[in-house]
Amino acid sequence: MSDSATPAPPRGLPMIPEASGALAIIGLGAIGYFLFPDDLAFLTRLIGITLLVLSLDLVTGYCGVATLGHAAQFGVAAYAAGIACVRGVTDPIALLGVGLVAGTMMGLISGALITRFRGLPQLVLSIAVGQLVAALANKLSWLTGGSDGLSGITPGKVFGLYGFDMYSRTAFLFSLGVLLIVFVVLSRFVRSPFGLMCRGIKDDDLRARMIGVSIYPRLVVMYGVSGAVAGLGGALTAISTGVVGLDSVSFERSAEVLVMLVLGGAGHLWGALAGALIFQIFEHIVAAANPFHWMMLVGLLLIGIVVFAPRGLIAPVMALATRLARKGDA
Amino acid sequence: MTELFKARNISLAFGGLRVAQDVSFKLAAGDRVALIGPNGAGKTTLVNLMTGDLAPGNGRFTMAGDDITGFSIAERVRRGLVRTFQTTRLFQTLTVADNVALAIMQRRRITRRVFSAATERPDVRAEWLEILALLGLDRLAYRQVVELAYGQQRLIELAIGLALHPKVLLLDEPAAGVPHDEAPKILEAIDRLPPDIAVLMIEHDMDLVFKFAKRVLVLAAGRLIFEGAPSDVTADHEVRRAYLGSYADARSAS
Ligand SMILES: Nc1ncnc2c1ncn2[C@@H]1O[C@H](COP(=O)(O)OP(=O)(O)OP(=O)(O)O)[C@@H](O)[C@H]1O
Ligand SMILES: [Mg+2]
Repeated sequence: MSDSATPAPPRGLPMIPEASGALAIIGLGAIGYFLFPDDLAFLTRLIGITLLVLSLDLVTGYCGVATLGHAAQFGVAAYAAGIACVRGVTDPIALLGVGLVAGTMMGLISGALITRFRGLPQLVLSIAVGQLVAALANKLSWLTGGSDGLSGITPGKVFGLYGFDMYSRTAFLFSLGVLLIVFVVLSRFVRSPFGLMCRGIKDDDLRARMIGVSIYPRLVVMYGVSGAVAGLGGALTAISTGVVGLDSVSFERSAEVLVMLVLGGAGHLWGALAGALIFQIFEHIVAAANPFHWMMLVGLLLIGIVVFAPRGLIAPVMALATRLARKGDA
Repeated sequence: MTELFKARNISLAFGGLRVAQDVSFKLAAGDRVALIGPNGAGKTTLVNLMTGDLAPGNGRFTMAGDDITGFSIAERVRRGLVRTFQTTRLFQTLTVADNVALAIMQRRRITRRVFSAATERPDVRAEWLEILALLGLDRLAYRQVVELAYGQQRLIELAIGLALHPKVLLLDEPAAGVPHDEAPKILEAIDRLPPDIAVLMIEHDMDLVFKFAKRVLVLAAGRLIFEGAPSDVTADHEVRRAYLGSYADARSAS
């Protein structure tokens, strides 16, 4: 800590978080594309789920909303994009748009219900919303394909140029591009006055009301943004895999992404990104190497992380970064 | 003088405990009022009622003539009714600068923006820097609140209150827990407030009360038992009895 009277503004240039996010995603994407060309289908699915984890981070990490029903936003958008495609809207960008709108709507509806409450009632309500959506997806089988899933989704070429190939090259690069844009936009969004206020509400909502903030509308709006991000993930998954199944709206999906978020560190976009990557890659490798005991290994990994890094894998990294920055100031 | 705030026949009971009994008073532009009374008299509860954190069982509140009894906390704040908390309530994981900047941005209606800069916006920064400097907190601007000593956190409560540009400012024991050499900064900060706002301060330290107040309200067992000049309060028979009574109670309880 320096003794000078005026504090120095935080170090770094204005666009650094956005730029480093973009570089990291491009770097990781290049590694995936060139070193693991046989795993691109898996990596494409991974990106779809990563968007869902980022989406969950917005409401859980930044606003403190407890939810075990977040797959609803993802799944509804996946079905919406899938159904649109089967019925003739085949342009991938248009399908992303369909997913975005569907996810946003679902987010606003869920948010309007869930953020009315706090604590356990909120958690239970989020599960109920998730289950309701899952039940509808099953019941409306004429529309969704029910338990057989919705198949026959064959999107057209990206920008009319790049067709989806059997090696998933196009799908991977397309998904990576979406992730890149979303991450950069969210980096900016979470540091805006709106994003900062959400963190304030999470810390102490009475204090927030005592500076004049109406909490509820803000949380609903945040849910809408979160739904948009989840919707992009759902639409991408529908487009790249060609099928949408009941698993995309399942309770397991909701629980799994919450685990990924906690693993990486809620309340940081980097935490969401790290958690989604590490969990899914670990699961992929372990499931292939040891199909009988992989769930046990995943469980052990989680216990280890909760014991040794309770605030997520990203927390020690962040603490180190702040310490280094302070040292630079002194 | 223009009336800014009025409480009329306010009553509230927690179960059998009557914490506000038919309380009425007014706050006018330029008022510097001390609200004193023994521990448990209901002072904080009265502030909770005024700000909308609690709803009164009976009675009305008005601001500038408008009935605000049914208003939410946030609506009252937007009308200029601002408080500080006796037990600090701050955004613990944010920095000191963020805490004050959020209040500034909320007052200026820019917290709905989703892509612009926040705490480091030049005009916002200039404002929180000034407030923090006034309270001697500027060198802590980029520290997380949770890392700070309790006395420093108490001063941030006041900083947020100032940042909201209140018309009616309610300070719940602003000096409690603040180290002695920093306490004068509180009065300094209050002295620099615009003269036309009303300030009501709950305080146990009578030195501070005499320095600050032009008028004193005394609350005992939920009832306003005295209203008048600071010089008269110590001589008042009922006030002495209320304080002695509470000491006697405390002694018999222990
Ligand atoms: N939410 C509540 N529910 C029940 N009783 C309460 C509640 N809040 C306060 N009380 C009680 O009401 C009485 C008045 O409390 P209050 O905090 O208003 O006193 P105070 O005058 O601010 O005291 P102090 O000087 O210690 O701050 C106390 O007996 C307290 O225990
Ligand atoms: Mg009190």
